[in-house]
Amino acid sequence: MSLVVTPGWYMTLAAILFVIGAVGILTRRNALVMFMSIELMLNAVNLTFIAAGRAIGSLDGQLAVFFVLVVAAAEVVVGLAIIVAIFRRRQSASVDELADMKG
Amino acid sequence: MQDLLWLVIAFPLAGALVLHFLGRRIGEPRAGYLATLAMAASFVVSLVAAWPFFGGEAEAYRLVMWEWMPSIGASFELHWDPLASLMALVVTGVGALIHLYAVGYMHGDPRFSRFFSYLNLFAASMLALVLAGNFAMLFLGWELVGLCSYLLISFWFTLPAAAAAGKKAFIVNRIGDVGFMVALVIVFGAFHTLSFSGVLDRAQDILDPSTATAIALLLLLGAAGKSAQIPLYVWLPDAMEGPTPVSALIHAATMVTAGVYVIARSAVIFEISPIAGPVVATVGALTAFVAATIALAQTDIKRVLAYSTISQLGYMFLAVGAAGHIAGMFHLMTHAFFKALLFLGAGSVIHGLQNEQDMRRMGGLRKQMPVTATTMALATLAIAGIPPLAGFWSKDEILGVAFARGGWFGFLWVIGLVTALITAFYMTRQFVLVFLGEPRWADGAHPHESPRTMTIPLMVLAGLSIIGGFVNTPFRLSLEHFLEPSFQGVDLAHPSDDLGTFLLLAVLSVGAGLAGAAAAFLAYNRPTELWERFEASFGKLWGWWQKGYRVDDAYGAVVVAPGKKAAETAAFRFDLGVIDGLVNGIGRAVRALASRLRPVQNGLVRSYGLLFTAGVVAVVTWILVRGA
Repeated sequence: MSLVVTPGWYMTLAAILFVIGAVGILTRRNALVMFMSIELMLNAVNLTFIAAGRAIGSLDGQLAVFFVLVVAAAEVVVGLAIIVAIFRRRQSASVDELADMKG
Repeated sequence: MQDLLWLVIAFPLAGALVLHFLGRRIGEPRAGYLATLAMAASFVVSLVAAWPFFGGEAEAYRLVMWEWMPSIGASFELHWDPLASLMALVVTGVGALIHLYAVGYMHGDPRFSRFFSYLNLFAASMLALVLAGNFAMLFLGWELVGLCSYLLISFWFTLPAAAAAGKKAFIVNRIGDVGFMVALVIVFGAFHTLSFSGVLDRAQDILDPSTATAIALLLLLGAAGKSAQIPLYVWLPDAMEGPTPVSALIHAATMVTAGVYVIARSAVIFEISPIAGPVVATVGALTAFVAATIALAQTDIKRVLAYSTISQLGYMFLAVGAAGHIAGMFHLMTHAFFKALLFLGAGSVIHGLQNEQDMRRMGGLRKQMPVTATTMALATLAIAGIPPLAGFWSKDEILGVAFARGGWFGFLWVIGLVTALITAFYMTRQFVLVFLGEPRWADGAHPHESPRTMTIPLMVLAGLSIIGGFVNTPFRLSLEHFLEPSFQGVDLAHPSDDLGTFLLLAVLSVGAGLAGAAAAFLAYNRPTELWERFEASFGKLWGWWQKGYRVDDAYGAVVVAPGKKAAETAAFRFDLGVIDGLVNGIGRAVRALASRLRPVQNGLVRSYGLLFTAGVVAVVTWILVRGA
């Protein structure tokens, strides 16, 4: 009996990755780690795109993934720059301390 | 030549504009001479344009300068007839003399050129009023002279009393102007035009007595405001806060006579109404009497003259009310001469005593101010009705008209006669207190005669006060023939032709005048303690006169205080409470809601993330549940 890898597997894996990322965002204080969690969530979504595209025989999923990759790359550039700037100023990357603009 | 009539208005208007924009550069005293020159030029043009009327020409001349609202008969059109020419000559002639006087009086004032700019603007407005060919333009001039009056009364606006007096004059006049405006609306409703030719020539055919009464009484309200008659006279005494040339020009010689002019101009309408004439005459006679009694007890040299002006205007109203329009205009003219002279003389005294206006601190000034004293004496005799001076002829003609009409007017004649006695008394009292007796000046006062620019107008006006009456004596009715074309179709009242009646009335009125003058002379040409005791012997009555029967207090309690109360309620209750409350309430509600929501925005990224996640879960759940 051969093990058939169905789209459901990919979806399950993506859901697991997404939840790990979401929990990471909600529980970690370090901005860098939160950033990595976001990347994890993005890639989980990418996985669903590709799996779903493959399942229905469309290239649209891959197209969307390229968009996500580009946007994520841009986001990383800006986000890391901000984090580095904040770290230089405060010697810390804890987001809980960044509450100067609260209402 | 009459095509150039517009120059009469254009000269002072141009003077006002030039002085307004270039006055400071022109400087003192040239600004004053320029303004005087504009008036003199205007006088010359009026004289030339009036020449045909002197020669017996009766046709009125109309000049439409430009169309404004032709559909309602309101254009900038001039109406030149004997009545208008008489007013124009008085305004420009007396006006020019007062302008010249003001050059000396306003010497050293920091806003010298501005003063003459206002004076010229006033003259232009007044001339627009008297030359107007329709009620719309007349109303325009009417409002403009009110504005100039306000500007000039409060010319020294840094003095709180002057600023308040200007406001008072303006507001009291508004009350009358409402009546005037409503009258114009009714006129338009009845005639569908406002032009004199369309209204006055057709009034006999169109107006019924009740409409005529309504128009006439509303016009009377307007005239009572402008000409300071009961019940709207209260602004004139306060207007004495203005510079004295202003009092002489606006509040004695010209503007305050506008009401008399309007009634004379609308004589046809007043004639149709059965009661308007008697009402006007009664208002006039009452005002003449009441104001004369108040004048008795005044101590301020200018306030005596102010109440005297109100009283003399009352005579004019008595005349035009009794349909003696020519007598009214005659008194208007002679009054312009001697009252302007009295005011200018008073100004000369005030000037010479460094702004002292209290007659109790004057006395004996005839030695220091001989020209002023002599001319004032002539004016005093003129207003007291001593022949052959101007006031005698005009006042006697008014009393003669009232006597000839008889009935109710006969009663008014008695009031007029008593007023003549009081007039002679208070004027003589003033003259004695100022010029005779012992000096009572404040220490350090150095009275001196005024400069030439001030004494020359005094002398000219004194001359006019002497001879001015001869234009219309019972023996030679020149003014009567001159003015008659303006009152075509009006049933004019005349004094009796009978020489005996004239002599009888003259003896009575001259007797009253002499008695009043003699009594005042005997009472006041004594040491100070004696006449002070004389005044004290009147007891409370004297205080009532001094305070003007407390009319100001009564108006304050009945009209001003409730008005202020209403304004305060509107401002502090309604505006602050309701309007502001509504606006502030909305603001407060938003703030309250915001402070409830604010804790959500706590600055913790993870709590935002949690909310966001919860939101996503909620939305997704909702979609899934609904999709199922």
